[in-house]
Amino acid sequence: MIKINNLSYSVKNLNNEKKDILKNLSINFLPGKITAITGSNGSGKSTLIKTIMGILKPDYGTIFFKDINITDFSITERAKLGISVAFQQPITFKGIKIKQLLEVAGAKSFNDMCLCLSKVGLCAKDYINRYYDSNLSGGEAKRIELAMCLAKNGEVFLFDEPEAGIDLWSVDNLVSLIKNLKDKTIIIVSHQQKILEIADEILILNDNGYEIGPQNIMLNKIKPIQTCGVLGDQK
Amino acid sequence: MNKIEQTIYNQTMQLTHQPSGAFSLRVNGQSAKQKSTNNIIIKQKQQKNGIDVIIKPNTQNESLHLPVILSDPGLKDSVYNDFYIGDNANIKIISGCGIHNDSNLTSTHNGIHTFHIGNNSFVEYIERHIALGLGKKKKLNPKTKIKLGQNSTLKILTQQISGVSNSNRITQAKLGENSSLIIEEKICTSNTEEAISNYNIELNGYQSSCKISSRSVAKNNSRQIFESNLIGKNKCFGHVECDGIILDKAKMYSTPKISAENSDSTLIHEATIGKIAGEQLTKLMTLGLNKEQAEEIIINGYLC
Ligand SMILES: Nc1ncnc2c1ncn2[C@@H]1O[C@H](COP(=O)(O)OP(=O)(O)OP(=O)(O)O)[C@@H](O)[C@H]1O
Ligand SMILES: [Mg+2]
Repeated sequence: MIKINNLSYSVKNLNNEKKDILKNLSINFLPGKITAITGSNGSGKSTLIKTIMGILKPDYGTIFFKDINITDFSITERAKLGISVAFQQPITFKGIKIKQLLEVAGAKSFNDMCLCLSKVGLCAKDYINRYYDSNLSGGEAKRIELAMCLAKNGEVFLFDEPEAGIDLWSVDNLVSLIKNLKDKTIIIVSHQQKILEIADEILILNDNGYEIGPQNIMLNKIKPIQTCGVLGDQK
Repeated sequence: MNKIEQTIYNQTMQLTHQPSGAFSLRVNGQSAKQKSTNNIIIKQKQQKNGIDVIIKPNTQNESLHLPVILSDPGLKDSVYNDFYIGDNANIKIISGCGIHNDSNLTSTHNGIHTFHIGNNSFVEYIERHIALGLGKKKKLNPKTKIKLGQNSTLKILTQQISGVSNSNRITQAKLGENSSLIIEEKICTSNTEEAISNYNIELNGYQSSCKISSRSVAKNNSRQIFESNLIGKNKCFGHVECDGIILDKAKMYSTPKISAENSDSTLIHEATIGKIAGEQLTKLMTLGLNKEQAEEIIINGYLC
């Protein structure tokens, strides 16, 4: 569904030295499969999501959506093709109501809005007339970010740490939300054990490169890190 | 009213018909229609253009609409309106001015509004400005002078919608004890338009407060200048927040000044000018909008 070939991305640091963030990634994300991406802070997870969405341009490599080479497609074109994203850090606005954003995303009726919002545990009547601005709590904004992504719909869902900032009660709901998108291609950055457990494949990014494999095998490789309670460096 | 005048009326009043309550319509420098109520008395001034509006004490939840229309090109109209608002009143005043001009002549409207507000009153004042037509010289200069009594609140929403080639808005206020002034300003300029906005607020009364929030968008080659001076002369609180978006080759100058003349004054100013945040555009594009559509939504929201 989404196929990346030899994808590389680097940045220049303050001393103008090149720093590789993604190095030569080749991965095939299959339809109907959930791929979880995990790895230490700064390992390039969000960078990969943004590269797939077209927000960052890779230095090298190609990205395919089905058999379409979308490497040079704009963000808008990718969105229209059917790629949806929920960012790690929600971007809020000034003076734009949640209702309007859900409409822009694709919700056609109050019912549609209600459906998307209830999937993220929010009551439409309490939220659609509120502004999507900095007055929302972090967790609320995060849930609305997810709701917009659901309203937008599509065939490929990119979720960047959807569990971050959401209270524990909701993690189970989040898991079922993801499970319910079962025929879609899901790429989800997460550190949450319950989410990793529903993944078909797990991709671990680290400073030396990456490793991808079936969930049961990969889960063992990250267990020691998970249980130490911090998302520290992987040795 | 002809079609053009009706359009101006609809946009500035956000109404299609004459509302109930007190009303005064001015068209092309003449008073065209006037209606007083028991509590709101409108009197034509004798010495100069304009009206005196007397709002009786204890007037509750009434409204006053004051549309001004300039559709004769080349007209220069100056009007002086004085509002005398009694104690314990609660009132909403909606004023608006629109110019239509297709010619090379200059149309100018100078609206000088003076508020004398008593004690314990709540006044909401809405002012919308617009100019239409192909002419390049459509000037609007609103001047607002305010005297706020004890425990009174004045809430102002001033909005320059579009098309005004030059505007120079001046707002001066003196605040009494425990009174509060809340100003929300929204200005949008494009092409070669120029908008100047100047505030001089004296926080004279004990525990008086003022909050000014200005949001503006400057497009194309337009220019905007914002200047304010909040002067704390007592234990008081003042806050100016200026937020500007510039696009294309526009220019924006912002000088929010605060002057503390009493050690118990707390005065804050914040000013930000910049392009539309790239990440906001990105977010909307991930929902399927193109860049132009995304910009439009962001700007409309910003100025709504
Ligand atoms: N313009 C830049 N200049 C220098 N370094 C950058 C720049 N942009 C990103 N980086 C670095 O790229 C690395 C990858 O960032 P990314 O956001 O993809 O990490 P992540 O894996 O999502 O981390 P987290 O778990 O904290 O969300 C980080 O080390 C970040 O500091
Ligand atoms: Mg990240």
